[in-house]
Amino acid sequence: MSSMFSKAAQERIPGIIARYPEKRAALLPLLWLAQEEQGYVSEEAMKEIAGLLNLTPPQVYEAVTFYTMYNRRPIGKYHIQVCRSLMCALVGMENLLGWIHDKVGIKVGQTTPDGLFTLSQVECLASCGTGPMMQVNDDYYERLTQDKVNRILDDLKRDGKCPLATGPFMFPELTAK
Amino acid sequence: MATHEPLLLKNMSQPGYTGSLADYERTGGYQALKKVLGKIPPAEIIEMVKKSGLRGRGGAGFPTGVKWSFIPKDHPGPRYLICNADESEPGTFKDRQLMERDPHQMLEGMIIAAYAISAHTAYIYIRGEFVLGARILERALEEAYQAGYLGSNILGTGFALDIYVHRGAGAYICGEETALLESLEGKRGLPRTKPPFPATHGLFQKPTVVNNVETLANVPHIVNRGPEWFASTGNPLKSTGTRVFCMSGHVKRPGNYEVPMGIPFREMIYDIAGGMRGDKPLKAFIPGGASAAFLTPAHLDVTLDFESVAQAGSMLGSGGITVMEEGTCMVWAAENLLYFFNHESCGKCTPCREGSPWLLQILSRIEHGKGKMDDLATLLRLCGNIAGRTVCAFGDAEIAPITSTLRHFRDEYEAHVREQRCPFRPQPAPELITVGH
Repeated sequence: MSSMFSKAAQERIPGIIARYPEKRAALLPLLWLAQEEQGYVSEEAMKEIAGLLNLTPPQVYEAVTFYTMYNRRPIGKYHIQVCRSLMCALVGMENLLGWIHDKVGIKVGQTTPDGLFTLSQVECLASCGTGPMMQVNDDYYERLTQDKVNRILDDLKRDGKCPLATGPFMFPELTAK
Repeated sequence: MATHEPLLLKNMSQPGYTGSLADYERTGGYQALKKVLGKIPPAEIIEMVKKSGLRGRGGAGFPTGVKWSFIPKDHPGPRYLICNADESEPGTFKDRQLMERDPHQMLEGMIIAAYAISAHTAYIYIRGEFVLGARILERALEEAYQAGYLGSNILGTGFALDIYVHRGAGAYICGEETALLESLEGKRGLPRTKPPFPATHGLFQKPTVVNNVETLANVPHIVNRGPEWFASTGNPLKSTGTRVFCMSGHVKRPGNYEVPMGIPFREMIYDIAGGMRGDKPLKAFIPGGASAAFLTPAHLDVTLDFESVAQAGSMLGSGGITVMEEGTCMVWAAENLLYFFNHESCGKCTPCREGSPWLLQILSRIEHGKGKMDDLATLLRLCGNIAGRTVCAFGDAEIAPITSTLRHFRDEYEAHVREQRCPFRPQPAPELITVGH
């Protein structure tokens, strides 16, 4: 059977399993690896991981369905996740959803027809002092305004990245003395 | 404004500080480890931490040294240290800053803690969304291995320790320590029944200590400056040291602020966080993350320490303080939080699994103008059937927003029912959307 993992990924697997005294503990890291490879965790990937860790496919499936970050079907290239928890809701989460809709025309749960953007609402992302905020793929974007949102989505579409992504986090930021 | 000297945020408050190993060493980093390894017996380190009065910064406030002392001394097999970096309590964003801006401070604390409990393997369980944080920690670990602070023979003392970063994947409950253990073992993150406690039957059923990021970051300072010094800071009675409080909501200057425990909320909100946005009156605040009961302006002189906040009927919890101005609808706020709790209920215990959707349904009904006066009694009855009837603290947490807003703002609930609308919103609030997979 051919593997769904690329050669480079396959080479990382033994090292990941070796971090734990019991193979099963490598489940979450291997699911992450699969998602990195395909953008989601396919049933083929779940079966293959079950084989690698001496688990049954249902043991893998029951874990996958417990954690919200594993996608079980392909999604847009850029996954926009807007925090909806109270702290962000107090400072304009609803506006943020409107700005995103104005810009790319999608509501929560939808993907743009070109397959670029998928919009989700998620729970607290630990960015409560800098809301409203969103995570797009790996990056956080905070203290959002409509202008910033427009720029971020333009940049992502054009360049695949945006310099407005938050670096190592500190807030309030240091002010020059 | 009173200034408070930071301890944990001190390095990162220096312009140009990058959090690299070289930067950390330049500020005295890893001196505590050198003082300890091979020189002070593990049991003495535990005594030191006990004497410092350090209590867990994750939410429960359990004395750290006591937790360490529960690890059986004579256990022959492996034991584990876990750093809980699953920071997911709504309102809390301090661990993210501590890890991303000064990762070695936490790592040094971890190495000392592992030495104290004789663990040779440690894991950092970091929430899946913190991709940047995980990368920064991986880089810091590499630096620490290269410098001989980690590995099979640390600083030539013969002590061995490996630390691995383990990413979660989106589940609030995995911040609960036994759910974290299940998750780390590759299972659904369902809390375990206790006893047995992790100290004897933890990760892979071996003795295990789970400590929060901020808790561990304090450890090098206790070693460097002495437990007596630490015990004299903060509120020396039972809440020693500083805490990094996370200010969010309707304040002028939200953000992370490190202050000695024991200052009043009034100073925190009106002085340090700059007061209310637009100078509107304060209506309510949550003192310690979404799991903590709402407090009101009548509680502004309560002090920020574990006992005082508990006495006021809430908890200091995770240190996330969320401030709400006049005009904020308390039913809407409770509904928002219950949406969160309903989403995150793991499903193990019946009262919580079945109770949280019911609570959310009733709150939504009231907020959207379809409530009945009977609903208020039903809410309280349901809350009473959840409190204390679940395996973990989640059940008590999810009812806190409801019981406390009903206690302090019952008239608002009644107004919603009487007027069959939310008196605070010109238009009805959008229905909350459940996003499935």
